[in-house]
Amino acid sequence: MSLYQERSANVRRTWALVLGFLVIVIAVGYAVSWYLGNPIVLYIAVFFAVATNFYAYWASDKLVLSMANAKPAKRDEYFDLYTVVENLSITAGMPKPKIYVIDDPSPNAFATGRDENHAVVCATTGLLSMLDRSELEGVMAHELSHIKNRDILVMTVAVVLAGFVAIVADIFLRMAFYGGGNRDRNGGVIVLVLGIVGIILAPIAAKLIQLAISRRREFLADASGALLTRYPEGLASALQKISSHNIPMKRKSHATAHLFIDEPFGKPEGKRASWLDGIFSTHPPTEARVKALLGK
Amino acid sequence: MTILYIVLGIIAIIVFWAILSYNGFISLINRAKEALSDIDVQTKRRYDLIPNLVNTVKGYATHESSVFDDVTKARTAAMDATGMQEKDGAENMLSGTLKSLFAVSEAYPDLKANQNFADLQRELADTEDKIQAARRFYNGTVQQLNTAVESFPGNLVAGVFHFSQMELFAHTDSSQAEPVQVSF
Repeated sequence: MSLYQERSANVRRTWALVLGFLVIVIAVGYAVSWYLGNPIVLYIAVFFAVATNFYAYWASDKLVLSMANAKPAKRDEYFDLYTVVENLSITAGMPKPKIYVIDDPSPNAFATGRDENHAVVCATTGLLSMLDRSELEGVMAHELSHIKNRDILVMTVAVVLAGFVAIVADIFLRMAFYGGGNRDRNGGVIVLVLGIVGIILAPIAAKLIQLAISRRREFLADASGALLTRYPEGLASALQKISSHNIPMKRKSHATAHLFIDEPFGKPEGKRASWLDGIFSTHPPTEARVKALLGK
Repeated sequence: MTILYIVLGIIAIIVFWAILSYNGFISLINRAKEALSDIDVQTKRRYDLIPNLVNTVKGYATHESSVFDDVTKARTAAMDATGMQEKDGAENMLSGTLKSLFAVSEAYPDLKANQNFADLQRELADTEDKIQAARRFYNGTVQQLNTAVESFPGNLVAGVFHFSQMELFAHTDSSQAEPVQVSF
């Protein structure tokens, strides 16, 4: 599959996400309004679904940055990061994305934004202190490839849409499991219903996020990143360093996990992964990516 | 009547294809030209940084005047050079003299501790990286153009409008195969 096909596939997937979200929210709104016998709920649901879609397209990059607590990187302070991104954008012939830094010792990076002209790349301070310049080039080339292939649009839109469904599911589940202390008969039924809705919604949200990610896309970004630097060993060794570091990030969310180059929750091995963490698992195994990069 | 329509249809398709192909060539050529001017911008920045660097080093390493002369001469030669081959050669000469300048500065610990010197060294290394990056983008674009000019059926359009192949920079990829090391 060529990059151009991948790009139009990404645009299709974005539409699928947007429509899927509309259908889910309106369906839930219809069900509730039918149950209550009040059509206002349905109108609110329709308005809300449409508004959220617009918000997802125009502002989700800002939401992602503020969720991750990212700050703009100054050229003097983060000279290596800044110039690496600048130089790679020259090689790729694309506008230089905005550059942000997250103050977090866990090494990670992501790209977001809706297109080349509104793109952002972001790295944690842990990543910057751990990698040398050629490894940093590898990681940033991977992120710039996500921008160039238009992966960031579908991935970022998914943050708001799927993230919303995931949060609602999470709230319902919590209410069902922990809110059962002093329930009267009516309340008990409502809590039970909420629980069931949560159990149904969570996999739907996960499905939406899976729509936005694909292992093939990560491999493709690795490969086109390597084409940009002509030095696949840089990214390979960066990936090994990143994955050997197993501390979860300070501020992490299932809604944004798929944006990052490596799982922000740390590896599930060792501790038992919860059901919720399990279905949201997003990243292909590092060994497979390193193998593909080094052509072994 | 049907045959007339078919013929007209085929002609329309060919004309449409020729227009698309022509526009493709134009955008490739413009991109290559833009890349060339980007390279010029970075090269000029490099020329601007060098006198500052030489002056800073002069303040500490007073006995190395031959190295300074070499750098200054190579810089002038590179600025005066015309044509891609000649320019390429002069640039390489300049890089060589800069290397010996940095080698000389190794012997002066005070100079190495100078913040201004460190900044200049960093900026110069970055500018050289940028020149490489811009050249690789240029080469990628020209490669695309040259392939398009040669291959059928694009070569028909290229022949009619006199689109020709453009010159590539040499040696850019061999230096990029190594990881960029900024140590002098």
